Amino acid sequence: MSKTSPQQDFFRGIWRENPVLIQMLGLCPALAVSNTLENSLVMGIATFFVLTGSSLLVSIVKKAVPGEVRISTYILIIATFVTVADMTLEALVPDIHKALGAFVALIVVNCMILGRQEAFASKNPVGRSLLDAFGTGFGFIIAMVMMGSIREILGTGALLGMKVIPGPFEPWVIFILPPGGFLTLGFWLLLFGWIEKRRVERARVREWPHGVGAREEAA
Amino acid sequence: MGELVWILLSAMVVNNFTLAYFLGLCPFMGVSARVSTALRLGLADIFVLVIASVCAWFLNTFILPYAPYLRLISFIVVIASLVQIVEMVIKKVSPVLFRQLGIYLPLITTNCAILGLAIFQTNRGYNLLEGLFFAVGGGLGLTLALVLMASIRESSEMADVPALAKGMALVLIIAGSLSLAFMGFAGLLSSS
Repeated sequence: MSKTSPQQDFFRGIWRENPVLIQMLGLCPALAVSNTLENSLVMGIATFFVLTGSSLLVSIVKKAVPGEVRISTYILIIATFVTVADMTLEALVPDIHKALGAFVALIVVNCMILGRQEAFASKNPVGRSLLDAFGTGFGFIIAMVMMGSIREILGTGALLGMKVIPGPFEPWVIFILPPGGFLTLGFWLLLFGWIEKRRVERARVREWPHGVGAREEAA
Repeated sequence: MGELVWILLSAMVVNNFTLAYFLGLCPFMGVSARVSTALRLGLADIFVLVIASVCAWFLNTFILPYAPYLRLISFIVVIASLVQIVEMVIKKVSPVLFRQLGIYLPLITTNCAILGLAIFQTNRGYNLLEGLFFAVGGGLGLTLALVLMASIRESSEMADVPALAKGMALVLIIAGSLSLAFMGFAGLLSSS
């Protein structure tokens, strides 16, 4: 069993182990339907619901599931929740459901969800599994919002349909098309890499205020 | 006949599964470091896609009209068991091929391209033959994208890339450029 505290269960999924931005899981929906903020949010919330529901159910029934068929059982549980989410979206927000298309159904094969069941919910008590699912789910929503807002602003000059870039602006249509998904995530990763590098460098300067450069040059 | 060729071409290049629909991204990012492994995975993909297409058509025609809400669940169950069966058959019939495919066969279960194919095929109402062409085209497209990506990554190993961009960021930006290039094929759509 892992020895993390409840706070860690919750917060680690949000940032330090963010499913999309750090672990590179669940990329398919994160890239495919993040072309506007609205779509990203709906997708994020649907995934959050499926993840929480499956984690709850898996951690409740974990003792009753034989080891050999556990993966198929998890997939079935996930597929059930996805069917519920699919039908709910179709009834509540038919336009967005149409825009998301097959990608709502494809939440089933989002490796992030199966990953959390296998790595956490199947080994931990109900409460902590829920916390873990909340954290990872929020992390996913945050990543979706980060992708969706950038792509919508650059691709249309607007956010949620409201114009945000003043003056004449020729939209960079490429950002709402498929290549924009790859590029946006690529540039986010570059930014994180840069921030991390600066953090490490500053920590090193604090540790050895004198002579770090000399040592490095020698090495 | 022209219609069928068009379905194949469209699934292969114009609406490439990986670069336009983002299906099968996990292997695209994970297994694309070597051309030889990328090619093998691509071939295994085509194989499973074709069988999955036939199964999806069978389910759609004979079973699901009576229980439409079971669509997703039955697709995923069929795909999972299908991969299991294919694995056992290949192991028995051709141990050499089985060793070469190795871990990639079971991995295909969680490859969203397979479920994606089944769902797209259903949404567009393809019949058996159209579905087959769609599967082959989609599989060829996946293989093409995987092999292209792997060859670019192999050559970029020697390139002088800034340390910051090494790793996933570079892969994503290459994928973005590839996707951009494949958008050029959309011209086929208007000219035909």
